Amino acid sequence: MSDDLSRDTLAEAQAARLRKVWATPRGWRYWSAVNNTEVGIWYIVTSFGFFLFAGVLALIVRAQLAVPQNDLVSPEFYNQAFTLHGTMMMFLFAVPIFEAVAILLLPQMLAARDLPFPRLSAFGFWCFLIGGSFVAGSIFFDAAPASGWFMYPSLATNKDLAGIGADIWLLGLSFIEVASIAAAVELIVGVLKCRPPGMRIHLMPLYCWYVLIVAGMILFAFPPLIAGDILFELQRMFDWPFFDPDRGGDPVLWQHLFWIFGHPEVYIIFLPSIALMAMIVPTFSQVPITGYGWIVLAAVGTGFLSFGLWAHHMYTTGLPALSLGFFSAASEAVAIPTGVQIFVFIATMATGRVIFSVPMLFAAGALAVFVFGGLTGVMVALAPFDWQAHDTHFVVAHLHYTLIGGMLLPLIAGLYYFFPFATKRMLSARLGTWAFWLIFTGFNITFLPMHFTGLRGMPRRVFTYPAGHGWDWLNLISTFGAYIMAIGVLVVVVDVVRALRHGPPAPRNPWNAGTLEWTVETTDENWGVRSVPQISSRYPLWDQPGVLDEMDRGQGYLPDAAAGKRETLITGVLDATPEQVQRLPANSFRPLAAAIFIGTCFIAATFEWWWLAAAGGIIGIGVILGWLWTGTARPPEAATMDAGRGLTLPLYASGPRSVGWWAMCITMVGDATAFISLIFGYFFYWTIHAEFPPPQATGPGLVWPAIAAATGLAAWAAVLAARHANRTGRVAMARLALMAGAGLTIASIAAGAAAILTTGLDPVVHVYDATVWVLVIWTALHLAAGVLMQLYCLARSLAGHMTPVHDIDIQNVTLYWHFAGVTLAVTMAVIGLFPLASG
Amino acid sequence: MLTRPDRATIVTLLAPPTVWALHFLTAYILAAIACAKGWDPGSVRLVIAAATAAALVFIALAARAAHRHTGFTADTPPHDDPTRGARMRQMGAATFLVAALSFVAVIFTSLPAVFIPDCR
Ligand code: HEM
Ligand SMILES: [Cu+2]
Repeated sequence: MSDDLSRDTLAEAQAARLRKVWATPRGWRYWSAVNNTEVGIWYIVTSFGFFLFAGVLALIVRAQLAVPQNDLVSPEFYNQAFTLHGTMMMFLFAVPIFEAVAILLLPQMLAARDLPFPRLSAFGFWCFLIGGSFVAGSIFFDAAPASGWFMYPSLATNKDLAGIGADIWLLGLSFIEVASIAAAVELIVGVLKCRPPGMRIHLMPLYCWYVLIVAGMILFAFPPLIAGDILFELQRMFDWPFFDPDRGGDPVLWQHLFWIFGHPEVYIIFLPSIALMAMIVPTFSQVPITGYGWIVLAAVGTGFLSFGLWAHHMYTTGLPALSLGFFSAASEAVAIPTGVQIFVFIATMATGRVIFSVPMLFAAGALAVFVFGGLTGVMVALAPFDWQAHDTHFVVAHLHYTLIGGMLLPLIAGLYYFFPFATKRMLSARLGTWAFWLIFTGFNITFLPMHFTGLRGMPRRVFTYPAGHGWDWLNLISTFGAYIMAIGVLVVVVDVVRALRHGPPAPRNPWNAGTLEWTVETTDENWGVRSVPQISSRYPLWDQPGVLDEMDRGQGYLPDAAAGKRETLITGVLDATPEQVQRLPANSFRPLAAAIFIGTCFIAATFEWWWLAAAGGIIGIGVILGWLWTGTARPPEAATMDAGRGLTLPLYASGPRSVGWWAMCITMVGDATAFISLIFGYFFYWTIHAEFPPPQATGPGLVWPAIAAATGLAAWAAVLAARHANRTGRVAMARLALMAGAGLTIASIAAGAAAILTTGLDPVVHVYDATVWVLVIWTALHLAAGVLMQLYCLARSLAGHMTPVHDIDIQNVTLYWHFAGVTLAVTMAVIGLFPLASG
Repeated sequence: MLTRPDRATIVTLLAPPTVWALHFLTAYILAAIACAKGWDPGSVRLVIAAATAAALVFIALAARAAHRHTGFTADTPPHDDPTRGARMRQMGAATFLVAALSFVAVIFTSLPAVFIPDCR
């Protein structure tokens, strides 16, 4: 009996220590929080706020279109309203809400204390808030982008037609895209490395599969857009002619880069919502999902195939029919995995006894709407039909059926489902039912008629229209429906605001779900889980009866925070065998500061205030270096620690066993994708021109590119040598190699600069010159970052943070250099050798 | 790696759709260049046919390996035991499905080259 008592006091002491370590800061320090429970909520609230804002814009658009020859708003304002509506819905709501929900849910679903890079999540959030407010706020200054959400040149590149709004779009969104990629890195590493022991890859919740696939898609979809944004901005600010046919450019290149992003984007939006359904449907059917393997197929299959569809947005640009054929075929093929997901849900519902509840109502409504949108999708995927329907309201109808059925309705289902998880309170079933029917009928009344206005030839993006084309009453009905739908959304908002204060307290696991996120406690505990369980089922709460109790009593892994540090468990990718205890950084204002300064850099660049931009950038980089220096790769006070249940694990691991290495590798994949997009640009110009480089062009010659390549590759070798020397204990040697590497890199940058400066290439004259400049600048910036990293490692070594045993820094820097080195080699080969081959 | 009976990983899962992606890019880029530069469409179609055959063979091999990982139906899905073997059978089953989809998608992609004879 006294044994029990001492065990209880021990558990109490452990819990107290955990509570202290994971406490949320109070007062103004609250905003230094980096824990997923805070950042996730901020993220969700912010993106939902942007959704409401964009919704109001849609209502204005609809009001303007209610009757023919309406003059409610000016054409200028109209253009800004619908452009900002589309832009915000896609970039400030649909993608961020995925990241927000995943950041909030994933750790608990994986019984992890937090994702591996909490400060990165916080940084991503602050970037999103700053960039998003900047883009959204522009409409109050009559400066919002007004060229449509896909910003086609040559209208959008023209400074007189598209004023500063276009720059706001390009720079504001590029800034946010960086945040999206940061979140993607965090989520991938989180799913692969932070699962609880025993949660083998075939036992992880389907939501995790979707997160993995979607985050992977972001890595391949966003970088082409970033590359496009760079070219676009260079044209607008410095008159480099990438999209100007008179000087060898071509607006279609923008369309390629935009839609290589833009089509997968639709699936990046759609899959996470389907993932929510994959959690909701089994719970309310009270049976495991039918066909786990089929869902994996569907997620992987859709993820891949959706990249083969981009040109179906370009059917009318005059591409050869053969090219269009490939895209049409792929567009039809993607219907297969999409259909599979729908059938799996239906099959699951059929095997269980479905409990109808508000989340299920929204889920069922989503299926119906989405299937209808999918049918019109198959129609517009056929080129001849699209030639008729292109840029009419038929397309507006189709895209909203898929987006609202595929994304918004499942998301609201998720809101009702996960609200008790996030707030410990329940939403009202009665208001929820009202909201559903208002939104569902309002939505159909709005968008169904648009199919007909579209087929009757009403173009999209027109500010008004003449009477007597048979469009009048259809438009009036649409507008009427939009306001019904808005009332429905309002009911949801009212319900949420009311429930935050007065909603009935939620019991633990209110829906009797089977997955780990529902182990969340009903009191405010920030530690994620009291202790980490051993998993042996896909639905632990259904199949492992004692597991919850065990976790709560601190009998799992990591029941304590003896060192006073935040810790989480790192496990193997396939079988989730425990590998390491990862120390997580604590709360800090550094991510916020970094976001403010980097944001200043982007925003100042919009107004061409170059000094401010430079200052912001430099200080921002300084803050990030400080953050890395204090927060990452710290040698621990002991080599191993007791992780509970008799397991002793290392506290430090470098190379492929460290999460930082994975993050670097994944980031570099995105970086390489952006680079390939730029190279794609070079060869794109080569295909459209009879001769490229053009005969009168001078080109960078061979000598300078060769010198740049030789010195740069030598620098790469120096980094490798430094890593090896450090590993084998020859620390002085390693430091020397790092210094030599930095010198060689600087020489390489100088040779690259000479290649474009001394050989008569003028980026304003012809697109060939401009493309070579861009490639060289891109490479030089990477080498410059490489120098910074070499010097950082040197400093770490001198300060004693980097030792032969503790070598995370140099391992990650070497990995970076592999990518930088290949970038350099490819650039120099393309600009130096290709003119010889084609000339 | 694909035929090692004891390995079913994320890499083997992603291999078939990656082949689809490469095949797609080959076909698209080749056709785009051929049409822009006025190359002979006949030989381009031959290259696409060869690429299609190669892709299909590879995917078929991957599917066979994956099918082996499923344990030759010795055991039916859902393979949700907490064991290494069930994990492999599950991954094998998913890979097999993904391979089947990739197979169909490669055929889809190559059909335009069969039916559309020139660059109009
Ligand atoms: C809340 C109800 C909504 C209404 C009433 C609405 C209404 C509209 C209308 C009338 C247009 C056409 C503007 C024009 O062509 O002149 C439009 C465009 C668009 N909407 Fe929505 N929308 C809604 C929700 C959404 C959602 C949830 C998304 C995405 C997640 C979305 C994404 C878009 C996009 C991308 C465009 C194209 C913008 C462009 O052409 O540049 N909308 N919307
Ligand atoms: Cu598309």
